[in-house]
Amino acid sequence: MKLYQAAVEEVARALYIRALKQLPDDIKHGLDRLTHKERDAGAQRVLGTLVRNIQVAEETRNLLCQDTGLPIYNVIIGRDVEFDGTVIKAAITTGCRRATQEHPLRSSVVHPITRQNNHTSTGRHVPVIHFDFNETVERVRIEMIPKGSGSENGSWLRMCLPSEGVDAIKTFVIDRVLEAGGKVCPPTIVGVGIGGTSDLCMHLAKVAATRALGSRCEDEEGAQLEAKLSEAVNLLGIGPQGLGGDATAFAVHVETAATHITLNPVAVNIQCHSARRASAILSPDGIEFGF
Amino acid sequence: MAHVELTTPMTEAQVRALRTGDTVSLSGSLFGIRDATLIHLFDRGRETRFDLAGHAVIHTAPNVRRVPRSSDYPAGYAPICVGTTTSTRMERFTQPLMTRCGVRVIIGKGGLLSGSLNAFSDLGGVYLAIVGGTAALETTWIEAIEDVDLDDLNPESLWRFRVRNFGPLLVAMDSHGDSLYEQVRCDAAAQRDAALASMGIRT
Repeated sequence: MKLYQAAVEEVARALYIRALKQLPDDIKHGLDRLTHKERDAGAQRVLGTLVRNIQVAEETRNLLCQDTGLPIYNVIIGRDVEFDGTVIKAAITTGCRRATQEHPLRSSVVHPITRQNNHTSTGRHVPVIHFDFNETVERVRIEMIPKGSGSENGSWLRMCLPSEGVDAIKTFVIDRVLEAGGKVCPPTIVGVGIGGTSDLCMHLAKVAATRALGSRCEDEEGAQLEAKLSEAVNLLGIGPQGLGGDATAFAVHVETAATHITLNPVAVNIQCHSARRASAILSPDGIEFGF
Repeated sequence: MAHVELTTPMTEAQVRALRTGDTVSLSGSLFGIRDATLIHLFDRGRETRFDLAGHAVIHTAPNVRRVPRSSDYPAGYAPICVGTTTSTRMERFTQPLMTRCGVRVIIGKGGLLSGSLNAFSDLGGVYLAIVGGTAALETTWIEAIEDVDLDDLNPESLWRFRVRNFGPLLVAMDSHGDSLYEQVRCDAAAQRDAALASMGIRT
């Protein structure tokens, strides 16, 4: 199949708005699960407000949260796809800008030094666009994540020593969740990157933080660790909005990469309760929107 | 644990009567303010024509649509989605907001720190917590954008909203030295060892 510029631009535009307005089912179910388990009355009220907001956003076709985020697009190219990467990047950027100007949306993007906002949600290297490949199916999947800043400010990297082992990783995660408190809009998904280089480790944390609830780390060691960490963070009692309670996190997600004999990096990136994402699959059969 | 309905502007006595755990609904004017607005007001010497004395500010930068000015849209802006950002980044501006502008109430999410708690005690102020990330709901509590100043900073302008029954908001920090965030922080820190022990780490 051939990937056309116009189709990608339109999908990029639609995905940004869709992501801001509709929460994926896995997150809604996750909220139901947390509400069912919550023992603190105040936390129950906060969780009830989160559920009510989702209903209001759907009824009024409004954004779930005012934070339109830093736009991220993940493009997964399947087999037998003919495309021009430079053209696709430009089409995504144009789609992102059009969503901002046509809806209209708040542009949350500024120049890092002048702090100037050009009101397009775009700028140098923004939207963030990642390409990856999947050889099994003839299709292209585009995922859009509007990453909010309250949770993105909950980002940390530590280059632990190999001699500190996995205990340093576990301790780092617990301490960062404590440090984040209510600032990151809990209940959260805590993304943890382990291994790789410093930049890959941070990227893995973002991949983990934006994974669907119920998904499992493909590395069995990572899967076991994320299960333990998920239990542990919810012993802290930070609770929804940092006001106390059981529901500190939906889950901790771990992603791993092989690393150097002298490295032991760990990164944390947090996703807020409004864990927004949207995706579209472009195939020879047409375009199908989902999460 | 009382529920209090307040109309802005408010007196020091009204604000000092609030205790953590109480809930508040606000009616009247509400001022939207955040990072860039505060930096320009207090670091770069900008002035505002708005009188904030006795008023409430909310940490926000809204999604808006430009529309022709009318009685419904006196500022030429229609609100699309107005929600609240994390307050903690703006901790250092609490004291100047209160001393220089006379602000009595800060509305936000995520909480403020000890400097703000001291300012609330000394000067008579409170922090009201809104549930972060619930902007669709919050927008239904806003009647209009009445006015805007420092609009070259858009969307981080100084907004004046007209609100009715805005809330319920939780009194999370009061003028008596109490902070729900600080309580939770201390309780959570005390749980650190248990969380680590659950993963086989002895501290």
